[in-house]
Amino acid sequence: MASNGQSNGSGTPDGAPSVNGRAYPFTDHTFDVVVVGAGGAGLRATLGAAESGLKTACITKVFPTRSHTVAAQGGIAASLGNMGPDDWRWHMYDTVKGSDWLGDQDAIEYLCRHAPAAVYELEHYGLPFSRTEEGKIYQRPFGGMTTNFGEGTAHRTCAAADRTGHAMLHTLYGQSLRHATEFFIEYFAIDLIMDDEGACRGVVALCLDDGTLHRFRAHKTILATGGYGRAYFSCTSAHTCTGDGNAMVLRAGLPLQDMEFVQFHPTGIYGSGCLITEGSRGEGGYLTNSEGERFMERYAPHAKDLASRDVVSRAMTIEMREGRGVGKEKDHCFLHLDHLDPKVLAERLPGISESARIFAGVDVTKEPIPVLPTVHYNMGGIPTNYHGEVLTKVGDDPDTVVPGLMAIGEAACVSVHGANRLGSNSLIDLVVFGRAAGLRCAETLEPGEKHTDLPKDAGMNSLERLDHFRYADGGTPTAKLRLDMQKTMQTNCAVFRTGEVLDEGKDLIHGVWQAEKDIGVSDRSLIWNTDLVETLEFDNLISLAVVTMESAVNRTESRGAHAREDYPDRDDKDWMKHTLAWADTQAQTVKIDYRPVHSYTMTNDIQYIEPKARVY
Amino acid sequence: MVQLTLPKNSTMSEGKVWDKTEGAKNTRTFRVYRWNPDDGNNPTIDTYHVDLDDCGPMVLDALLWIKNTVDSTLTLRRSCREGVCGSCAMNIDGMNTLACTKGMDEIEGDIKIYPLPHMPVIKDLVPDLTNFYAQHQSIQPWLQTTTPQPEKEWKQSHEDREKLDGLYECILCACCSASCPSYWWNSDRYLGPAVLLQAYRWIADSRDEATGERLDDLEDPFRLYRCHTIMNCAQTCPKGLNPAKAIAEIKKKMVERRM
Repeated sequence: MASNGQSNGSGTPDGAPSVNGRAYPFTDHTFDVVVVGAGGAGLRATLGAAESGLKTACITKVFPTRSHTVAAQGGIAASLGNMGPDDWRWHMYDTVKGSDWLGDQDAIEYLCRHAPAAVYELEHYGLPFSRTEEGKIYQRPFGGMTTNFGEGTAHRTCAAADRTGHAMLHTLYGQSLRHATEFFIEYFAIDLIMDDEGACRGVVALCLDDGTLHRFRAHKTILATGGYGRAYFSCTSAHTCTGDGNAMVLRAGLPLQDMEFVQFHPTGIYGSGCLITEGSRGEGGYLTNSEGERFMERYAPHAKDLASRDVVSRAMTIEMREGRGVGKEKDHCFLHLDHLDPKVLAERLPGISESARIFAGVDVTKEPIPVLPTVHYNMGGIPTNYHGEVLTKVGDDPDTVVPGLMAIGEAACVSVHGANRLGSNSLIDLVVFGRAAGLRCAETLEPGEKHTDLPKDAGMNSLERLDHFRYADGGTPTAKLRLDMQKTMQTNCAVFRTGEVLDEGKDLIHGVWQAEKDIGVSDRSLIWNTDLVETLEFDNLISLAVVTMESAVNRTESRGAHAREDYPDRDDKDWMKHTLAWADTQAQTVKIDYRPVHSYTMTNDIQYIEPKARVY
Repeated sequence: MVQLTLPKNSTMSEGKVWDKTEGAKNTRTFRVYRWNPDDGNNPTIDTYHVDLDDCGPMVLDALLWIKNTVDSTLTLRRSCREGVCGSCAMNIDGMNTLACTKGMDEIEGDIKIYPLPHMPVIKDLVPDLTNFYAQHQSIQPWLQTTTPQPEKEWKQSHEDREKLDGLYECILCACCSASCPSYWWNSDRYLGPAVLLQAYRWIADSRDEATGERLDDLEDPFRLYRCHTIMNCAQTCPKGLNPAKAIAEIKKKMVERRM
């Protein structure tokens, strides 16, 4: 699809750099801010930067309302207190506990304090929230969300039925049309432009519509490219969740943080992996095993089915492993909603009722839904501070800001989710830090600030990468390598992990990476060449898969979503730290180092929450 | 003038017939529209045999099976695979719908796949939706108010919120617009069912204070009144929405404000 506006920038192909004797002319563009990705975080940042008068572009490989934010269901967490007492400090406590103390508490404070304002802002933009009897925003209980520091159950998750992400994404897209933002839609970002000083100067993208190459120069490049769920075989993530921004960061020689923490959502539909919202348990649904037992009562006597996701996913896995799974293969569990009032189902859970019918052939008013833990979210990502500025470790300084580069949303690791994200904390992460990134741009830039010249070879790395894969003539199709990667991650880096299985996984995943040298692409064209795009996406995924596996091998403790059977306990003495992983994508090696977890809050309004045992 | 035959450069011919996968016992024949902008040839219909024992139940599963195991050049849009993103809208067995939620078992005989009708084709099953998106932008799809914003949320009663049900769920897949004969002939001026449903979504929102301006904008023999209640839109919508009803509601509002 053409961009909404191509009147911008300097716009003409100039010179014609070539790779392997083939010319690839660039169309050059100059902006104050370039956002890559148009999901919830990307759109909110785009809006904020544009509103403050900065010349802003948003590059996205899919039309904005097709981004994966659209699939979020249950809601967005904020302590509005519309349905009972609430306080941002309680939200903060829950988030810290949910993160198994790996979250940075200054960032978590920023998130929870700003959450209510961010939700009211979305409402003012027109988001069609469900309503209480008094006409306020409806809020439902969600896993791990409590009142009074763990005592009661909070109603904190603001919902538009079970289509909150859809409502939010469409609302943000509509809102962004008010501003003079330029969208470059169906442009696939290939690589960052980094200069000799290690600053990011922009990004290169391929226009799928006509096969032209575009070089975007910007003072700030904001990566909002989402997660990489498609590194796994069975995930709730869309086909497009391929971690493109994270992989670009690795190739730029920068580290990713906490990549071993992969969230399995307890209720993906058996077979298809489509998501059934945690909100279904928030509305009273519960899980059973083959004996019809509500087994969560044993694992989390207090929170039961509303324990946090890592806890529920582990409990389900144990039930199946001990022979109490349902079905012929005893390889899934049942989610019951059939005891709920059909009127409640129709009003508050219409979307998943439809999904269950289409993908499991189940009438939720009469039968349980077959479900199993399914890869859902990446807590890890590009390390940033709470302004969205990308960080790296230089010498002893673990908080060195990378000039010109920012990251937000699932692509980033702020880190507010630590070792395990609470349900409905991702949507709020998107808008709070999307807004923060926009504000940071406004604070640090003057509209139209002068650009220095780009390095002479700016963008050549992208051209080489593109040309390499476009003409790749090896014997192994991309789909085969992708499947090998996905099966390896699914088998060797799952809900429960052991050193032995991870070591095997490390060999296997490196084997797939090696085998990438023999990759073959059939489509040589440049217009809408999805064979090429899927190959570039696979190349992104495989580097992230390797880094995930290596980080998991390395962390010899259990924390949040990273459950090591050979190291069953959390080890705060040795492992209260973030993993940093660099990858040399040429030599295919990974280097690991660490950053300290912030043991301080943002303000004196709340004290650092000391680690303690995590029981639900 | 109404064109009764396809222009010369659009007539389709038989394309490649791909071999059955060795050992596949349980197959289904797919007849898929192909057009490559690079080779200067007319569109063709390629034939594939999908191995049902190696493939999920949906039409999208089959198309991706073809792409992964037979012919990686087959080009289509897809993302969420669960009916919420609207990417994989196409014409399947004569109806516009989402490939990801259409079960192969709902279709008899060979499965025929075409891009959304009456949209320019970029490649294979990928239509150019530029005009569709521009029309959506033209209805100003955002909340407009003049009253100073409250500190917290705008209040909205249950009943008022219910008026948005059946409207806000639209995923902009364009199945309905691309099924509407009136839109086929006049898509340069008629907004079409999807965009009018979106327009009504804002008119129906009790919080919005620009109803008058919104109606003014639609008061036009083409933008609104090319809807002739053919109802293809309601029949084809993969989300079960009824754009024709939304359009009728807009027309009613037009009449009401004249009284």
